[in-house]
Amino acid sequence: MSRNAKINSLLLLAVVLLAVLPLVLGLGDHKEEPFTGADTEAQTAITEIKPDYEPWFSPLYEPPSGEIESALFALQAAIGAGVLSYYFGLRRGRRQGEERALAQAGGPATAPEAAPRGAEDPTAREV
Amino acid sequence: MHIAEGFLPPAHAVAWGVASAPFVVHGVRSLTREVREHPESTLLLGASGAFTFVLSALKLPSVTGSCSHPTGTGLGALLFRPPIMAVLGTITLLFQALLLAHGGLTTLGANVFSMAVVGPWAGYGVYRLLRRFDLPLMVTVFAAAFVADLSTYCVTSVQLALAFPDPGSGFLGALGKFGSIFAVTQIPLAVSEGLLTVLVMRLLVQSSKGELTRLGVLVAGRETGANAEAVAR
Repeated sequence: MSRNAKINSLLLLAVVLLAVLPLVLGLGDHKEEPFTGADTEAQTAITEIKPDYEPWFSPLYEPPSGEIESALFALQAAIGAGVLSYYFGLRRGRRQGEERALAQAGGPATAPEAAPRGAEDPTAREV
Repeated sequence: MHIAEGFLPPAHAVAWGVASAPFVVHGVRSLTREVREHPESTLLLGASGAFTFVLSALKLPSVTGSCSHPTGTGLGALLFRPPIMAVLGTITLLFQALLLAHGGLTTLGANVFSMAVVGPWAGYGVYRLLRRFDLPLMVTVFAAAFVADLSTYCVTSVQLALAFPDPGSGFLGALGKFGSIFAVTQIPLAVSEGLLTVLVMRLLVQSSKGELTRLGVLVAGRETGANAEAVAR
């Protein structure tokens, strides 16, 4: 593994550890419902501070079940991940294409795959 | 940081909408100008929006025993400046408000203000400030993403404390309450967001040197240097 890939893997590993440690250490055990969303907790806090508060508007569309909701969240993440992968894939492909074109223009010495074409100077072929 | 639909009194909802609108309008102008003048940035703009999409869908457990999600706005803010993130962040929030019943239309103004306005500007401010010193690029990227993430949740806490001051201890009491729900939960997640932003920036440095140089993130002839030229952009 190159040094670059090692650093990138370590970064990912640190993110995974940060997410997994609270679960493994049971940091949610003191709660009735461990690991609920902070957004939901804030709603609970609002009703504690102001018990008579009634939301005056409700969502136009609500996912009918937790399954549909998680599907839509997965869709959101998938769209984002798809676009990101497209970007990096395209960049990598373009860079490799450019390198190959440069290698071919620069002569077969730097491009082994161009060798069968012959060892002569590429400009000489035109004559 | 999503304030749920209908959970801000009408006056607050309208006020935050009015506060956010100019940023979003200005952002739309900056975005169209950027695409017109540099059509080649469209792809990287898409990638920045995609990063926000992924990160704000990732609900992660935190040390407080609850779950929250990063925002992903720091990356785009330091690549394209904050106005453009006002637009990309708003698109993400609209998607979640309309399809996921997460956040809402009446609270969109407040949520845009925290995630798409204050977060990106705070992150960008830290980025510009740290680049004045000769720090490695990735240190400034981490700090910018961390601050963009955490400041978003601090703003949400302030917004809720303003709308629902504690009957006994007032605004500050409520701020402590909402702050312990949002801001404390968010600290490890902001670290995660910083690490992920550094990861993507490293991949960008490998794959898109030309683009990063044009945007002033990389300085020609220096790998990760920071100097006045970049800061002056």
